[in-house]
Amino acid sequence: MNPQPTTLDQNPKPAGTVAIAVENIVKRYGTFEAVKGVNFAVNDGEIFGLLGPNGAGKSTLIRMMTTLVPITSGRAIVAGFDVAKESDSVRRVIGVIPQALTSDPDLTLEENLSIYAKLYGVPRAERAKNIQEVLEAVDLVKWRDAQTKTLSGGMRRRLEIARGLVHNPHIFFLDEPTTGLDPVSRIAVWEMLDNLRKTRNLTMLLTTHYMEEADKLCDRIAIVDHGNLVALGTPIELKQNVPGANVVEVHFDRETEQWKSRLEGLEGVTSVQAESAGFYRVLTSSGSRTTMQLVELAASLGENITSLSVQNTSLDDVFVHYTGRQLRDEQVKAIFTMPPRPGAQP
Amino acid sequence: MNRMFAIFEREMRKFFRSPVLMIMSMMLPIVQLVILGNAYGGKIRNARVAIVDYDHGPQAVRIREACAAIAVNIGTFKTVDYSNEVQAREDVRTGKIDAALIIPVQYSRRVYAQDAPRIGLVVDNSDQFTSSSIQSELQSLVDSLNAPVIQPRIVKNIAVESVELYPYVSYMKFLLAGTISLAMYISVMIGGGMLYIDDKARGVHEGYLVTPITKLELVMGLNLAGAAKAVLAGISLTIIGSLIAGLNAIFNPIADLELLAMIVATSLAFNGMMFLMMVRVDDPLVPRAMFGVLNTLLFFPSGAVFPIIAFPKWLQAIAIIDPFTYCVHGFKAILLKDGGFVAIQYDLLFLFTFGIGTLLIATPLFKRTL
Repeated sequence: MNPQPTTLDQNPKPAGTVAIAVENIVKRYGTFEAVKGVNFAVNDGEIFGLLGPNGAGKSTLIRMMTTLVPITSGRAIVAGFDVAKESDSVRRVIGVIPQALTSDPDLTLEENLSIYAKLYGVPRAERAKNIQEVLEAVDLVKWRDAQTKTLSGGMRRRLEIARGLVHNPHIFFLDEPTTGLDPVSRIAVWEMLDNLRKTRNLTMLLTTHYMEEADKLCDRIAIVDHGNLVALGTPIELKQNVPGANVVEVHFDRETEQWKSRLEGLEGVTSVQAESAGFYRVLTSSGSRTTMQLVELAASLGENITSLSVQNTSLDDVFVHYTGRQLRDEQVKAIFTMPPRPGAQP
Repeated sequence: MNRMFAIFEREMRKFFRSPVLMIMSMMLPIVQLVILGNAYGGKIRNARVAIVDYDHGPQAVRIREACAAIAVNIGTFKTVDYSNEVQAREDVRTGKIDAALIIPVQYSRRVYAQDAPRIGLVVDNSDQFTSSSIQSELQSLVDSLNAPVIQPRIVKNIAVESVELYPYVSYMKFLLAGTISLAMYISVMIGGGMLYIDDKARGVHEGYLVTPITKLELVMGLNLAGAAKAVLAGISLTIIGSLIAGLNAIFNPIADLELLAMIVATSLAFNGMMFLMMVRVDDPLVPRAMFGVLNTLLFFPSGAVFPIIAFPKWLQAIAIIDPFTYCVHGFKAILLKDGGFVAIQYDLLFLFTFGIGTLLIATPLFKRTL
């Protein structure tokens, strides 16, 4: 027999302060291991980010936690329920926003929300109130009777968020919630999620490949790469773990083979990354001193510097530090891979 | 149950919001009914038959007069005079004329002498329909010429006297049962098959799967909606098709109930079959590719366009397990014969059993996870 429909007040609270606990979780497709024994815990009320490139295993992780994909081994506890054994109870207390926009374009916003309220078993008496509340929360009240297909991408994403909240979940899973949005809509979604967390006391787990999103929105971040969790901490902790307090980006007008070794020899420099021809990213414990030395070095060699900037360490640098490569390189690779030239040797 | 009806509600709202499915599922069957019904249902008119008269005697004149009577009255063919048999034969071959009637020399004399009088007919048998119509018409003509002028008081020859149980059934009327079945099949194919896979590919099902809906509720909701769309298509086409074909069974309330039972049973059977075929499919191209193949494989062996008893054994075997067969038979029994529930009980039994059976097989195959 199915459990009775639940409302926010009837839902059991997550045990203790841990909303989600993942223990040595593995997902295998044949011989391919998409997730390789990941462990982490998400505290009640925090926004937790899974950061990694496409194909890192973020979506597989979120799908296992939301009962969409069976777990090969290990355990995931969501709101005190074992995902493998009590999947129905898990489904009642979570809201899930998938990566794709899946609200029905032919239905109005209210119809979409009403159907999901019914699917979640929200009692008839509470349905209208919940729909009104979530529409207000995502600022779409005046569009409630519009067909979903008439909305912009940002508005549709907000509708998806409203849909995930219509049954007052405790825990909210968002799979790349701002992918495909313009910068203005993206910032609007960040603000909305932050507000929702505060007003509804939600625990959120989101996946993203946007460094800025993870930095601005998440209380803690787990960096996932090739199915492994390679780092976990607050954005500040992660940045502090990277040797070097500043990043100096320098662009020389001429590339020579010695630049990398010369830059590594400067005082305070912990690592040098060649970005493109003549363009280097230098991690240093003292941005100002390294900048001065760098300018002197270029002048003594008679080389010109096209551009020079000094920044604090970013999550980009954190990602490079833990994975040995740039996250944006992975994005580019994932989007476009040059086909082999006919006749070229492998 | 509420969750099942939520799925049903979503599907039906979408269906009524976008009437394209309804229109598309009825467009092809209606066009087929009108075009095929008129194209195949007609008789041969104004075929050109050459008369090569080498006799010119009184009996030859009788034949020419009889042919002229056919041309003026029933109009199956009109005659053209030829003087040369070779030329006539060549013109039949090249398609200038459709047949040539050769009245040989001494024909009249042989008739009077009762010495095996014969006339020749050259036909283009690459067109069986036209040639057999001309042959049949000329055979009737010869039979009437052979009949004695004064009928004997005691008829010694055996004769068959046919009694037609029903008023004349035009080909369009004959075709209507298949047309209704086809409309329901297309509705299920688009509304149940293609949209189901498209929704799956768009991630709509992912949205369902994270809710507490059970597998059975989801399967039943999707199938109930698919069957309801097919029922609407079936009812619409039964009414529109009957009006086009000139069948008045729809004005009989008892026949309406029987038709509704057939429509519901057919919708369940078609939808169950479709769901079973699509339950593990993820690629949106698959139902599109299957559409034509299934249409040919199921519609044509069903007796919708040609009687099953004329099929070879292997095709008859397909017809036995084809739900279209029972659907077409049932609709014909009501629309053309007013046969009552007795005439459709086995069709209903097969269709309901088939629908429930396919659904029972498909449900365990349906995956509750991605």
